[in-house]
Amino acid sequence: MHRGKGMKFVGDSRISANRKPNIPKDYSEYPGKTEAFWPNFLLKEWMVGAVFLVGYLCLTIAHPSPLERIADPTDTAYIPLPDWYFLFLYQLLKYTYASGPYNAIGALVIPGLAFGALLLAPFLDRGPERSPAKRPFAVGFMLLAMAGVFYLTWESAAHHDWEASKKQGAIVEGADIDKDSEGYKLMDASGCISCHGAELTGGAGAPSLIDTGLKPEEISKIARKGQGAMPAGMFKGSDEELATLAEFVSGLTAK
Amino acid sequence: MLTKLYDWVDERLDITPLWRDIADHEVPEHVNPAHHFSAFVYCFGGLTFFITVIQILSGMFLTMYYVPDIKNAWESVYYLQNEVAFGQIVRGMHHWGASLVIVMMFLHTLRVFFQGAYKKPRELNWMVGVLIFFIMLALGLTGYLLPWDMKALFATKVTLTIVDSVPLMGPALKTLIAGDPTIVGAQTLTRFFAIHVFFLPAALFALLAAHFLMIRKQGISGPL
Repeated sequence: MHRGKGMKFVGDSRISANRKPNIPKDYSEYPGKTEAFWPNFLLKEWMVGAVFLVGYLCLTIAHPSPLERIADPTDTAYIPLPDWYFLFLYQLLKYTYASGPYNAIGALVIPGLAFGALLLAPFLDRGPERSPAKRPFAVGFMLLAMAGVFYLTWESAAHHDWEASKKQGAIVEGADIDKDSEGYKLMDASGCISCHGAELTGGAGAPSLIDTGLKPEEISKIARKGQGAMPAGMFKGSDEELATLAEFVSGLTAK
Repeated sequence: MLTKLYDWVDERLDITPLWRDIADHEVPEHVNPAHHFSAFVYCFGGLTFFITVIQILSGMFLTMYYVPDIKNAWESVYYLQNEVAFGQIVRGMHHWGASLVIVMMFLHTLRVFFQGAYKKPRELNWMVGVLIFFIMLALGLTGYLLPWDMKALFATKVTLTIVDSVPLMGPALKTLIAGDPTIVGAQTLTRFFAIHVFFLPAALFALLAAHFLMIRKQGISGPL
């Protein structure tokens, strides 16, 4: 670098008038088969990236990202689940000594210790050795933590009812319901909507009543005798009222 | 033509040293998969960055359609998913990318940990890396609410209950991120949106810059 007297600048700027050559470094004297990052290695790295990108796009096309029905804060029967990478923390809160009065242990102390130890790993494992075989404690604790995370995630996923979970969040086609009609009023009076919902689109405990494809007679039968989780004798009105209601439900079709 | 343009800019701004600094650094043999197959474990960090770039780009396109309010958030996502050309692909990449980035970051962390690469003089870079991990988890958590569907709302309610249960500052912390001591609603959605697209990415960029500057300054750790 030129210093002192005789320096020349571009105009009145601080840019030196002496141009520096744009030549790559020479790595031939470096140890082993060292190579240049640009462009040699970056091209190879990009090949790995391209293969990865193809797999990534295949995944995207094969599995469209999920979207459940619009958030309904009144549906208290919904059983929530976080994204898969939070399942281990979620599962931890289900154990006796990590929940209820001990909530702080499950929500703060254990995750705090684990992530705190991860953050401060260089100061906890201060020996000069780098090889895993010569760091039994660091490696042991990490393997233990990994086993814990995998076990908790598995435990959470294995005991979750994925079918019910899919059903409770599914987007249900709504129908134009005439809430002043005789049929709807009868349903309201009989308490049908407490399980099937005010829009009759069903809920966690009962199916949707829209697009059932059932004949009025079949609906009358279910209303009287029940079906599946629905007990018998839910409808207590007269036979005439039952016919009106059955006709109404049978005629519910999606928009 | 391009050379002339480069020279014109270089004469005025002296960009050559800057460019040589980015381009010139050696890749040692032990990290090069072309020479040692096992060196593929060194790809995880780069792939994490690659997905992060995809997340930023796909996220930018998502905000062209997404509306962060409780009436239109779900509708806009539904529209994007079902009506917009390639909307399903863009949202799909953002959705799956969020999972993949966690997987790749986990593998990258394990590689660095088991090789003991966080030891002196690389303690600071390890800590910055762990902070990046936390930021990514927070991005996943806040992004989960944005489609405003059933799982989004109720999972966020669980999260906020956990935040609320933190001793002493729990309720204040909950109010800060949810916008209200009790309601999870319009305010929560806008706050999570702001945190997801402005606050956390800003922190992420700063930490990534520090992460990369440090590795450039120190070079990659040597073979075991």
